[in-house]
Amino acid sequence: MSAPTSVISAGFDVDKVREDFPVLKQKIHGKPLVYLDNAATAQKPFAVIDAIRKFHEVDCANIHRGVHELSQRSTAAYEETRARMKRFLNARSKTELIFVRGTTEAINLVASSWGHKNVREGDEIVISAMEHHSNIVPWQMLCEATGAKLRVIPMNDRGELLMEEYEKLLNPRTKMVAVAHVSNALGTINPVKEIIALAHRAGALALVDGAQAAPHMRVDVQALDADFYAVSGHKMVGPTGIGILYGKSKLLNAMPPYQGGGDMIKSVTFEKTTYNDLPYKFEAGTPNIAGGIGLGAAVDYLSGVGLDRIAAYEHELLVYGTHALEQIPGLRMIGTAREKAAVLSFVIEGIHPHDIGTVLDRLGIAVRTGHHCAQPVMDRFGVPATTRASLAFYNTRREIDALVAGIHKVKEVFS
Amino acid sequence: MVHDLYQETILDHSKHPRNCHELAGANHKAEGYNPLCGDKLKLYLKVNGDVVEDASFVGSGCAISTASASLMTESLKGMKRDEALKLLEKFHDLLTTDSPVTKELGKLVVFCGVREYPARVKCATLAWHTLKSALENKEEPASTE
Repeated sequence: MSAPTSVISAGFDVDKVREDFPVLKQKIHGKPLVYLDNAATAQKPFAVIDAIRKFHEVDCANIHRGVHELSQRSTAAYEETRARMKRFLNARSKTELIFVRGTTEAINLVASSWGHKNVREGDEIVISAMEHHSNIVPWQMLCEATGAKLRVIPMNDRGELLMEEYEKLLNPRTKMVAVAHVSNALGTINPVKEIIALAHRAGALALVDGAQAAPHMRVDVQALDADFYAVSGHKMVGPTGIGILYGKSKLLNAMPPYQGGGDMIKSVTFEKTTYNDLPYKFEAGTPNIAGGIGLGAAVDYLSGVGLDRIAAYEHELLVYGTHALEQIPGLRMIGTAREKAAVLSFVIEGIHPHDIGTVLDRLGIAVRTGHHCAQPVMDRFGVPATTRASLAFYNTRREIDALVAGIHKVKEVFS
Repeated sequence: MVHDLYQETILDHSKHPRNCHELAGANHKAEGYNPLCGDKLKLYLKVNGDVVEDASFVGSGCAISTASASLMTESLKGMKRDEALKLLEKFHDLLTTDSPVTKELGKLVVFCGVREYPARVKCATLAWHTLKSALENKEEPASTE
């Protein structure tokens, strides 16, 4: 990575953007909050907070039932999010978007519903060495239940997947390839378009964990030709407890329901139930209506700022931050892929990440320390844990400077 | 700034942990694991009759967990089994309640700052949880592992 340039993305007014996020204005232990834990969850702009508040204050009712005014309003607002998500991910149809609790539930839905219908003993599921536990465990559970085998694409020391090794793993028994678009622990942006094309050529389907990609870059599920694509609202400046599973209609239509209950049926008798059409077939019970409405406001907000501008600005921060951190003696970056999102994961010789995290917290700096729900990644790099600063478009160079100064302070305490 | 947590004794024991080695002749062993941070610890005890004659540990962890294991193994030596369990309780109270600091804790009082850092309590108690399982694992011969 080259040395930082002095030009901040033209026309990107980060100070103005920061005004939209009330949480950023506070002090922590007497110091201005420097929030660098965006890969865990992103902060929320007024637009999202206000949309949720308006729902509870003005429009609150259950959806898809009831002919009264409030129910119609809340149904319209909730379904409007589906329409926005269709545009945001460039799906073919609104019916391809299933509301779920988040990426974890989306993957579990596919592993359970599609998996139990299509995967048999001796079949293979391919994942990668850099997956979050949420894209490992559901597939392991499927393998355990069916006798299928889990295969893992290895990576190099930079944290890049070995594509030749991936190709060797593919064979007629491969039924599903499930990979992260962007690694939460390393920041690596995987070549998912190529990964999907190779999976298809082998006759397999492909699921992409898009939790760390959707907030930071333009995602086009049709251009990727993804069979399934999963996102979490709370990482996209939306609320927690809401996310989206995108799936191709013909696949979703052929899958059995994931959960049974209200809203996912057309008719019920004790003898037989007729399931509802897409997307409702997969949406049993009263959903997180407020969350869904908040998610609509979130993607509207992100689109307003502009995903391309967000990606360009965050890349500048990444280059600046990488360069600054690499100057610190004894610091080793974990994850140095050539294609990388704004994640700065590192270890410092002789100082445990938990101690780093505690000292930084006292300086008002919020980072994540630990294994980032990716223990196999930690094992691959031979570390028990890392410290991770994950950036968002509302972060600044000033904050990266504060992080660097904080790390010097950490070294002072433990020298 | 953080000196209430990282007191001089804690920094000293984390940088130069005492009794940090395997123990020949140990007849009680246990492993501790903190899934939150991935820290692992192995504890070795040599118990003769009712008395802990020697104690040691190996493992890698943060400053708090390393210092806690180091100071714990120092305190245990020469202690009776029930005294050790009592000390465990006192130590746990020190970290999680507002109970007054008692003199039985000795050097361990340096961990009093941890109660202000709830996220770090598990780091300080890892060695002590391991102690409990080591003591309960009665008379297990050292050669079985």
